Parts: sequence; structure tokens; C-alpha cells
Amino acid sequence: MKNIWIIFKRELRAYFDAPIAYVVITAFLLVTGWFFTTNFFVVAQADLRVIFGIIPFIFLFFTPAITMRLISEERKTGTMELLVTMPISDAAVIVGKYLAALALLSASVLPTIIYAISVAMLGDIDGGAAIAGYLGLIFMGAAYLAIGTFGSSLTDSQVIAFIVSFFLVFVFFLLDKILFILPNWLVTPVEYLSIERHFQNISRGVIDSRDVIYYLSMIGLFLFLAARSLAARRWR
Amino acid sequence: MIEISNLTKVYGQQAAIDDISFKVDTGEIVGFLGPNGAGKTTTMKIITCFMPPTSGRVTVGGLDVEQHSMDVRRMIGYLPELNPLYSDMNVVDFLRYIAELRELEEGRINLRIREMVDICGLGDVLHKDISQLSKGYRQRVGLAQAMIHDPKILILDEPTIGLDPNQVVDIRNLIKKLGRAKTVILSTHILSEVQATCDRAVIINRGKIVADSTLADLQRDISGRQVIDVELLNVSGDITGSLGGIAGVEEVRETYLDGNAGRSFRLTVRGDIDPRADIFKKAVDSDWIIVAMAREKRSLEDIFHQLTKTD
Repeated sequence: MKNIWIIFKRELRAYFDAPIAYVVITAFLLVTGWFFTTNFFVVAQADLRVIFGIIPFIFLFFTPAITMRLISEERKTGTMELLVTMPISDAAVIVGKYLAALALLSASVLPTIIYAISVAMLGDIDGGAAIAGYLGLIFMGAAYLAIGTFGSSLTDSQVIAFIVSFFLVFVFFLLDKILFILPNWLVTPVEYLSIERHFQNISRGVIDSRDVIYYLSMIGLFLFLAARSLAARRWR
Repeated sequence: MIEISNLTKVYGQQAAIDDISFKVDTGEIVGFLGPNGAGKTTTMKIITCFMPPTSGRVTVGGLDVEQHSMDVRRMIGYLPELNPLYSDMNVVDFLRYIAELRELEEGRINLRIREMVDICGLGDVLHKDISQLSKGYRQRVGLAQAMIHDPKILILDEPTIGLDPNQVVDIRNLIKKLGRAKTVILSTHILSEVQATCDRAVIINRGKIVADSTLADLQRDISGRQVIDVELLNVSGDITGSLGGIAGVEEVRETYLDGNAGRSFRLTVRGDIDPRADIFKKAVDSDWIIVAMAREKRSLEDIFHQLTKTD
């Protein structure tokens, strides 16, 4: 546990020193802010649908950008050799780095609560659904980041890490949009795998254990794969 | 302290190291010597638990590197090949990060950082980013990193590569100073490095150990042997016996060289005797004519070259 904390601290600092964190947070707020303002003032609609509709789409590009350097950079500069010969498990390295990425994503998403507050002051807002929606966003982002961490563990090139992670994330994003072309027997399992579908369930205000378990298993699976891929140096 | 037995590592089809065995005792400084690509780095990566062997066994302080990986890692300080460092961190932050990963107690961390800064001479660059440091300073940071938890064992992969001659001397002195109370394995492809810092040399070539002896023995080998080539005219029959009778001569071999007027002999002679006067007298007595006589001393470079030449 202590090791995870040490890695987490170092990674988070690297984000803010780089200064990747400021770029990510600023860009994220500018993009969401633009969508929100146009909807709020121009269309004069006081609800959060636009926020919860657009953020999952922005995540597609942002999460691979946040995770792409996590492991690939250390593989490229060789510091990974220093790190994995310390008395620390591969799993702790992966989890610590992943949590730092999750902290950065949360720091980008949380300021958008301002939009929710503005809406609540002017119109009617379902508080429960809003909170659930934010929880859903974090879960969804967390799953994407786990996929990105895995993508970053595969290569020592950040560009390749970005593209592979984006591709994987995109596949999970698309799953519930291709249901209509699938044979009937495939619809249920594919629908279950879709990240979007579970997000929609949660953002309706119903936090079902099935959706939570889905996200936790996605995170667990991809972090496990990332740890395996880090350990693959052993069979080279 | 470190025991390597029948160690083999295969990458794909190729064996990077092939059935090597050697031991390093507590307190020794061992030079691990060989041309580039001989298998030095691979061996070190296995000792430091970066990767497991294909077959064979490595124990450090009696513990197997695969079964007790974490305990072995705690005993070792490691300077990897090319000395990778986090270039976005400054020196203090970096040392603190490593100290935390090395499980030093909070109260000792600052103390150890200060000690390392003193020993490695990092006082001037404490708050500089590592990316701005010169190669010599980077190397010192690498050594400080490897030593911060006061390990019993130091594994240094090419610690002086790429440094200028003054920096090389600095780093060697540092290693000697630090290595006094420790067991050290240091890899290099430079001979003088082993002469300057090590007690013992293990020479590896193409994945196999070709020599393993104390430096004193190697040194004696240099001064202990010399080779004299003589070319004689007017010789008949086998004279190796009478040449062998000269004081100090240990071995005589006739060498058949094309284009020589006479017959050539190679005499291997003890290093502390110069037998050339005796050879001359012998030739006069036996009515031989000396047309050429040359003495050559074998240097450590020759030994190394001979042991590691590709064919």
C-alpha cells in the first residue's frame, strides 16, 4: 500500500511538472464549457443532458492522452529497469500510476460541477440523477484509463500507446451503437460489454450493483493485463 | 555472497549467456570484463531480478533470486546500463523518491540523502533538474541512487562509459571509496578500469567465462611471462633441447615461418630473467648464427585480446 502511494505521488507530480495536467484540465474545461454555454444561453435549455452527452465523447480522446506516457515513457528512457529492480511489485507500480491518472481525470471533471450548479439555480434539476451522473462519468473514465494504462504498457512509444488505447476505447464505445447489425443471440452479451450502456443506466439515477461490478471488473481486467505486460520482460 | 551456477539465458534462438558459473565473496570488488555483447549486462539483469534465467541458479546472500526476489532486491544497489534517471526531477527529489522506494524510514531519509550528497559530491547541483546535469554529475547521481539504502552489494553496469578521462578517474575513486565495505560487481570492456578498481577479474566472451582469476595473478602473468623469438642460421637437427637448457627458459617451440632465411624458435621465458646474453653465448658455442632476436612482453591487453578474439 505504501509503495502504491509513493508511485502515485511521483506520477501526479510528474503530471503537474510536465505540465501535462494544466493542458489537460484547461482543454477539457474549454471544450465542455463551450458546449455548455452554447446550450445554456443560446438554446436556453437548463439541463445537464448536454454535459453527460458530450463528456463521454471527449473522454475518448482525453483518456488515452492522459495515460499514454504512464509506462511507455519509462520503458523508453530505461527508468523502468530502475523501478522494477526496487523492492516493489509490478502490480503496485501499475496501480500507483493508474491512480495518478484517475486523480488527474477527476480533477478535470469536478470543476464542471459549476455547470450543474448554474443549471440548478435557474431551472429544475434532479439532484440524485446529477450526482449519479457524475459518479457514472468517473466510473466510465476510470474504465477508459485502465484500458489506456494497458495500452501504454505495450510499447515504448507514446504515439503508439495513444493510438492503441484510443482504438480499444473506441471499440468499447462503439459496442452499443452496432447492436442493430448483430444477430439476436449476440445482442445481450455485447450490450453488457458496452461502456456507454452501463453509463446510461447509472446516469438515469439508478446505481445498480451490476453496473458497478461491470466497471470494477473492466478496471481490474485491464490493470491485470498491464501488470502482465510489464512482467513480459521476463519471457523476452 | 553471490553465487552463480550453470546460468543460461536464451533470447529467441540465441544464448546470451551459456552455462556460466562463478562466485563473488563478501567484500570483493570483481571486474566483469568482456567485449560488447558478451553477456555482461544480461548476467547483471538476472542478479538484480530484472529478469529470470532460462536455466541455472543465482543466489545472493544465500537467497535464490527467483524465490526471494524482494529480499534479494533489498540487498542490492544497482546502476543499470546507460544509467537511466528521471530527467524531469531534480536531484534531491529523485534521491528522496528512490529512498522511499527503498523503504528507508522517514527519519533516515534526509540523513542518507545528505550523506550521499557529501560522498558523491552533489552539493552544487542539489536543486538542478537531472536533465541539466553533465554526464559526470549524472553518473554520480546514479551511484548515489544505487547506494542510498546502504546495500551490502553493488551491481554497476559500465559505470564510467561515456565520461571524459578526469571524470573516469573521479568515478573510479568514488567506487573504490564506496566499495571498501561492500561486495561489488562492476562490468566494463575497459581493462585499465579493472586494474584500477578491482581485486579480481572475471572475463566473459560470447556468453562463456574464459578467465576468472585475481588481478595479482593476471598481473603476474604479465610480468611473469615473456616471449623471445630467435632466428638462427647454420642449425642442424633438433636443438630445442639445448635451447631449453638456458636458464629461465620454460618452453621452446620451433615456429615455421615462410620466407625466413633460417629456422625460427619461440622461447617462453620467466619474466624476471633476461636470457638474451645466454642465448647469444650458446649460439657462439654451438656455431649458430643469430640473424634475428626479439623480445616481447605480454600485456593484459594481449591476454584479453587472446581470450576474447572472435576466432
